[in-house]
Amino acid sequence: MKDRPAALRDTAIAAIALIVVLAIPLLHRSPAFEDFIIRLSAMALFATSLNLLVGNTGMVSFGHGMFYGFSAYAFALTMQMTDLSLPVAAVLAIAITTFASLCVGAICVRLSTDYFAFITLAVQMLFYSVIISWQSLTGGDQGLRGGIPRREIFGFELSSQLHLYQFCAVVAVLGLLALRHISQSPFGQTLRMIRDNETRASFVGVVLWRARLWAFTIAGAFAGLGGVLAALFVSGAYPELADWPNSGQAIFAVMLGGINSFLGPVVGAAILLALNDVVNRFTEYYGLVLGIVILAFALGLRRGVLDFLRLAWPKGVK
Amino acid sequence: MKLEINHLTKAFGGLKAIDDVSLAFPSGSLSAVIGPNGAGKSTFFNLISGAFAADAGEVLLEGQDIVGLSKAQRTRLGIGRAFQVASCFPTMTVAENLMAAVTAHVGRWGNLSRRFPPPGVRERAEEVMELVGLTKARDVTAAILSHGDQKLLDIAIALALEPKVLLLDEPTAGMGPEERWRMIERVRGLWERRKLTLVFIEHDMDIVFQVASTIRVLCYGRVLAEGTPSDIRNNQAVIDAYLGTEAQAT
Repeated sequence: MKDRPAALRDTAIAAIALIVVLAIPLLHRSPAFEDFIIRLSAMALFATSLNLLVGNTGMVSFGHGMFYGFSAYAFALTMQMTDLSLPVAAVLAIAITTFASLCVGAICVRLSTDYFAFITLAVQMLFYSVIISWQSLTGGDQGLRGGIPRREIFGFELSSQLHLYQFCAVVAVLGLLALRHISQSPFGQTLRMIRDNETRASFVGVVLWRARLWAFTIAGAFAGLGGVLAALFVSGAYPELADWPNSGQAIFAVMLGGINSFLGPVVGAAILLALNDVVNRFTEYYGLVLGIVILAFALGLRRGVLDFLRLAWPKGVK
Repeated sequence: MKLEINHLTKAFGGLKAIDDVSLAFPSGSLSAVIGPNGAGKSTFFNLISGAFAADAGEVLLEGQDIVGLSKAQRTRLGIGRAFQVASCFPTMTVAENLMAAVTAHVGRWGNLSRRFPPPGVRERAEEVMELVGLTKARDVTAAILSHGDQKLLDIAIALALEPKVLLLDEPTAGMGPEERWRMIERVRGLWERRKLTLVFIEHDMDIVFQVASTIRVLCYGRVLAEGTPSDIRNNQAVIDAYLGTEAQAT
């Protein structure tokens, strides 16, 4: 009885957000803002997918960036080396990324928390080294150059900034809606059981490794979706996308925005990107400023923005 | 369902925590397992429920050997347990705890296609809350429940899985004298209504002698004695090893 309105409410919020974002360029064109939203779309999917592991399941992965980067390379390479259309290449790239995260997950998820974090980081570094060394395929540390051909989807020309903006907004909102659905499904509840008390979860009949592997694979798939958007934005792929500081960015986004709120990582990603843009204008010591901000959150609020607001006003904030 | 243990053995390093234990719990019985600290009582439960793998021996549930099965499989066959330290899902409300347990029990824990809870689950959870008397605390987050209610919730989670055999590891641990009796009366009520085969570990001898129909005494991983409360009370070996003068006084 209560389920339908909740699902409807989520869809309504998503629809309103999408309409607002799509309406803004009609009223006022601002390349900087459009750039921001495009980058935010990729980052929001990346960070929210990570939070499926961190916040929902209690699995802290330090290597989530590998799937973001993997998908960006898979997509850009498919576009350059085949004649497939953009949607087909995107779906293919995400499918390959999903399979990759299934394989990596199969190795990692049986390990306990600390070792899980370590091994995800280790696999990521291995993957990063492959990108750097396999110059003939990936362009090495220069990144994959040559651009992405046939940047069009259903008649939309994505080399136009406005169209890319619209495309990214739609994909991000749909992707987030799908993640929201997953976190509200019985499976999402199972992940919370594992986070809260894995012993009890196993005694009510949950097969822990299978649930964790599913979560890891799904998270990898949605990071892959973010990676495709990132590849479109940079018109190629760079090793930095798959490097560990990028995984760190996603963890920062999750922590800044709030680990226990669904939209927390989106807010965190926005804060992080805005901070990056503003700070870089005034100083080259971006890392210093970021560090201070994170310390302020960790020591002051002791939780992310949305979690803090939810605690301050228990009713009202989602 | 009848639970039968044959020659069960489990060693940790050189220490035999459970040493060739054979016990039978008839269908619908209410038995207590007692013994000094370190006697192997909790290990015994862990072996039956599948938390530890046994080194040797059989665990027969209605004649079927379940010793090679996983925790999840044993749960499915009807072995339920509650823990010495109340074990629930602290960030969820009481209702969510039970709905999550029921969802897992009906095999829907991996379902992605609909919203939580799946149909029918809410009603089953309500039934269990009614049964243990947690209906009023339905929307309270488990972490802030009183200690006694957390223990109840732990038992409720076990009951949500429709056990035939229920293992309760010190259901009254950490409670005051009055609360203990309330708890054990509830447990006895559940046993009667659900026709469970119930085994509980308990340190309060007044409760044990009054509630249990059969008592098993474990000591250093072995069965020291078994029998009715009056048998146990007068068993010299038990008095020497465990009861001491306390029981002679009563």
